[in-house]
Amino acid sequence: MTLLSVKDLYVTFRTESGIVEAVRGVSFDLGRERLGIVGESGSGKTMTGRSVLRLIRPPGRIDAVEMTFDGIDLLKISERQMRALRGKRIAMVMQDPKYSLNPVMRVGEQLTEGLRRRDGLRGAELHRKAIAALEAVQIRDPERVLRAYPHELSGGMGQRVMIAMMLIPQPDLLIADEPTSALDVTVQAEVLSILDGLVRDRGMGLIFISHDLRLVGRFCDRVLVMYKGRVVEELEAKHLMQAQHPYTQGLLNCLPRIGGDRGPLPGLDRAAAWAG
Amino acid sequence: MTLIPDPTPTRRPSRAARRARTAAGLILSLVATLLGLLLVTFFIGRIVPIDPVLAVIGERATAAQYAAAREALGLDQPVWMQFLIYVRDALTGNFGTSILTRRPVMEDIARVFPATLELATIATIFGVLLGIPAGVVAATRPGSWIDQLVRLVGLAGYSMPVFWLGLMGLLLFYGILGWVGGPGRLDSGYEMMFEFDVPRVTGMILIDTALAGKWDIFRNAVSHIVLPAGVLGYYSMAYISRMTRSFMMNELSQEYITTARVKGMPEWRVVWVHALRNVMVPLITVIALSYATLLEGSVLTETVFAWPGLGLYITNALFSADMAAVMGGTIVVGAVFVFLNMLSDVLYRLVDPRARS
Ligand SMILES: Nc1ncnc2c1ncn2[C@@H]1O[C@H](COP(=O)(O)OP(=O)(O)OP(=O)(O)O)[C@@H](O)[C@H]1O
Ligand SMILES: [Mg+2]
Repeated sequence: MTLLSVKDLYVTFRTESGIVEAVRGVSFDLGRERLGIVGESGSGKTMTGRSVLRLIRPPGRIDAVEMTFDGIDLLKISERQMRALRGKRIAMVMQDPKYSLNPVMRVGEQLTEGLRRRDGLRGAELHRKAIAALEAVQIRDPERVLRAYPHELSGGMGQRVMIAMMLIPQPDLLIADEPTSALDVTVQAEVLSILDGLVRDRGMGLIFISHDLRLVGRFCDRVLVMYKGRVVEELEAKHLMQAQHPYTQGLLNCLPRIGGDRGPLPGLDRAAAWAG
Repeated sequence: MTLIPDPTPTRRPSRAARRARTAAGLILSLVATLLGLLLVTFFIGRIVPIDPVLAVIGERATAAQYAAAREALGLDQPVWMQFLIYVRDALTGNFGTSILTRRPVMEDIARVFPATLELATIATIFGVLLGIPAGVVAATRPGSWIDQLVRLVGLAGYSMPVFWLGLMGLLLFYGILGWVGGPGRLDSGYEMMFEFDVPRVTGMILIDTALAGKWDIFRNAVSHIVLPAGVLGYYSMAYISRMTRSFMMNELSQEYITTARVKGMPEWRVVWVHALRNVMVPLITVIALSYATLLEGSVLTETVFAWPGLGLYITNALFSADMAAVMGGTIVVGAVFVFLNMLSDVLYRLVDPRARS
């Protein structure tokens, strides 16, 4: 069953130095599964994710042939209807917690904002839910974290707060933009298993954006490989090693293998032809 | 280096201890700044080619009178001693006697400063209440007609001289329309009533009459203050709205704004809560600066509106070489700056958690 369907998505920025096409004709379908998006920096992963929430800032604009979520035409609905979907049904773990949390608001206030404003929760119940959300992402001193300001948290802690904040309303679709890049390996495994559990038990759809092809290969069901705004290859994660596209092969070859030869890592080969 | 681990972990200083240290630092810098201010005014007083003894006793005094006055003023002492006396006098509010009004300078200042304070405060409230929303709205719709309007109003504030705006205002609203009171703080009839019927508490007419329940005088004072406060407030608004707009534009391009939108927060909340709280951090300094500038006493406004404030007092003192009054006024202005600086520092720490740790 398809949860999200995107056809021929374009994101363009009209700048002084001409038109920048950040995303150029991306198409994919997502069920209640884990879809990975990989690609080098600037390949358009974040812009693709934000398009689904219609949160590209001007001068950027979104064009697509189709963008439907659970039968809802995301291109047609009003801003008000879109806002009702955001957070509640579609959420996005933002890339860099250092800049993505409001610096002058306590973590607790940001975390519970949706619960207070949308669900009208107050007092003890609100507090209990906030604590539970933080404990779910393996934060051991949730009381302290609730009272802290973002600058008082480490990068990994900020990332977990961000994940907890976005999971609170139990969305049907979660777009996670590099959600584990600042976490150490053990916490990373814990966070991944939480996300995994949500996909399996609640049937949540997950778009998992990452640089780390090996991680995506292990964790996701399917992988989109992006390069310069295009999807250059789409494949089942288990077939990653049989990737056809030279760019994907290049990404794979860049990964050092334990016990492999110790020669210099190969550079990434970028043929102009793929960019089209 | 020791191999045995220290059993007592180094304890972080408690929150209260850190607060106390910050407060001590603030007070220390306050004292240092004020001392610097006194040092500067002291040397200015030495440098100006006006004989302070002659200023007190007049040109036709005898040599004996001159020597006696010189001794009384402490001018026969070494310079460092004179400075200590100067500091002591300043701390006790003894700035000497004005040759113009023949009253202690401190008494004069206690009379004129509340007039300026009242005007500057109302003008600043006006500038803040209009300037912040105008700047915010302009920033959320860059290029729109409302943004253009805010820019135009702001630009006019920079290019129109204050005395011209004041005179035109008086001509229109007082002379032609008769909507407001004329120059001065009160009509002359009410001035007498204020002088004799209203106990002096703050020296600010609006507050003192309200405390005494003299609402007719209060209303008259309001009709006199709206125009000068509006004129000064206009400049303050022009400045504050321009700064708010640029701070707001900057905040709205930050990632945490997108986070708030991802959470489905309504746009008003994104702008007026998430972004504005961050805008307040740099804006506090801007508001304090604009308030301090007005507290210095806007000489031109006070002249046009015959407003007996600090700016007018210092200017008159300058023209009559009334050095005691000039020095006293300067020190008060300096102290106001230092105080507001400290206040904005404290407020800054309150709104920005990053400045606290
Ligand atoms: N405001 C803008 N104006 C012009 N171009 C922009 C703007 N914002 C983004 N872009 C362009 O969009 C492209 C895609 O950016 P995006 O953030 O999606 O990359 P990414 O794949 O997420 O990279 P990273 O791994 O570094 O996060 C970039 O090349 C960038 O130059
Ligand atoms: Mg990105």
